[in-house]
Amino acid sequence: MHKHVVFNNRVLPYLLLAPQILVTLVFFFWPAGQAIYQSAYIPDPFGLSSQFVGFGNFEFLLRDRYYLASFKTTVVFSTLVTVVSMGAALWLAVMADRVIKGSSAYKTLLVWPYAVAPAVAGVLWLFMFNPNVGLVAWYLKAMGYNWNHVLNGDEAMGLVVVASAWRQISYNFLFFLAGLQAIPRSVIEAAAIDGASFARRFWTIVFPLLSPTTFFLLVVNVVYAFFETFGVIHTITGGGPQQATTILVYKVFSDGFVGQDLGSSAAQSVILLFVVGLLTVVQFRYIERKVHY
Amino acid sequence: MSGMVEKRGLGIWLTHLGLIIGIAIICFPIYMAFVASTVTQPEIARPPMPLIPGPHLIDNYTAALTRGVNSPVLLMLFNSSVMALGITIGKIVISIISAYAIVYFRFPFRMAFFWMIFLTLMLPVEVRIVPTYEVVAGFGMLNSYTGLILPLVASATATFLFRQFFLTVPDELIEAARVDGAGPVRFFLDILLPMSRTNIAALFVILFIYGWNQYLWPLLITTKPEMNTIVMGIKQMFPSGDDIANWPVIMATTLLAMLPPVAVVIFMQGLFVKGLVESEK
Repeated sequence: MHKHVVFNNRVLPYLLLAPQILVTLVFFFWPAGQAIYQSAYIPDPFGLSSQFVGFGNFEFLLRDRYYLASFKTTVVFSTLVTVVSMGAALWLAVMADRVIKGSSAYKTLLVWPYAVAPAVAGVLWLFMFNPNVGLVAWYLKAMGYNWNHVLNGDEAMGLVVVASAWRQISYNFLFFLAGLQAIPRSVIEAAAIDGASFARRFWTIVFPLLSPTTFFLLVVNVVYAFFETFGVIHTITGGGPQQATTILVYKVFSDGFVGQDLGSSAAQSVILLFVVGLLTVVQFRYIERKVHY
Repeated sequence: MSGMVEKRGLGIWLTHLGLIIGIAIICFPIYMAFVASTVTQPEIARPPMPLIPGPHLIDNYTAALTRGVNSPVLLMLFNSSVMALGITIGKIVISIISAYAIVYFRFPFRMAFFWMIFLTLMLPVEVRIVPTYEVVAGFGMLNSYTGLILPLVASATATFLFRQFFLTVPDELIEAARVDGAGPVRFFLDILLPMSRTNIAALFVILFIYGWNQYLWPLLITTKPEMNTIVMGIKQMFPSGDDIANWPVIMATTLLAMLPPVAVVIFMQGLFVKGLVESEK
């Protein structure tokens, strides 16, 4: 993948690359290096000096009940967001694939939530489920269920999952629909002639043929749930109640900025660096990324 | 295409019905936000709130745009526009020239630079929150447009996209340009840039949405209300303590915050989908 014909110029290519490389060095590599450096120190309470502790911050974190709980919360949260948004999107995509009239109108109506910022999605859902004024909360109460995500950790988790998944449905829908439309009709019609029911055709033919798309979306959704849902959590729950919705990224933020525990926050950043690295490697090594549209 | 696989009769009506119900559920939060932005605060404070829009649309939006809660929403919209356009244009310009250097020149450390850009994919701002804040604070860029924009303008995704595209451009073009005596700058401006316009437009749509929807970064570095962007400013409109939130104004602001990116997606759907699919390759 190289050009055979190129320009010869000693200075120009460096000048062209300079802006990107400068921004990368100053705002990406330098802070990442700082995170690694700070993760080996504990600053004193006055910020005047800091003490070298080696892997001390990591050892502390891996024994910290709250950090381990946050790991578990992140796993539960990402699994739920991925399953809910991919499940709903696949269901809608299968239906949209079946209709011919109006399918582009359906597509338009389903695509726009992707443009809604996670923080805005958070405010929208918070409004409906607000224990004092929320419409859905009020009707739940009228039916005898006392909704209060401010006090109930499970309800808080449910709400941040729904708000996060809601926004991601459109993305998954687009890719699932593209995947479905790429499946040759003849394959499905052959099965229909053999008398296979719709459900049987779906699980034995369509779903396996969709697996590259599904696997690709799986990684994208996990990355989304890990790193892009900060706005949802910050607007709806602020990580509470009792840290029930404090995912890893939220904890880096709250320990670093609210708690001012810089050594621990830096060590958490380093752990997250490994998580992102791992996910990126999975994304590039193991995924057939030929999504047809 | 159509025909024999259960596309007639009752089945197809049930499919339409299912889709309509799905869309209704997905659109419901927006509808409720819209209703809330057209009624008065007491109507919301005494639940259940009305299900049909009231007559106070203009009052609420005027109140939001001109006064807001901490700062006028008009100002927050302006800040968001500056940030989103700055990030979008910055990313496109920086990436297209980097990709040009990597594809059309041979020079020492070419691949090292390429991998450096690639590695930024593994360093989202969410994982280096505190040190990045410290760097920006050290430059005195807190509460400034430069601070909002500059740290976010590097883009591995956009660089890869342009690189992929440049690799598909036939070599004959550059040979012809050379015969005509065009240097690298002329070739880029007169030939490559015009050829890239669809890619630039598709990226513009995706990156504008990305820039507009930034939350964590503006939350960290803007402490003055007059520097708030609209997406992060909504949360700041909620009162601390037991005061009742000014829901009509907050929901009007929420709808204003989603209007520009949603309009971009709806009116430029083709480019949006192209950008989305291409940027994942």
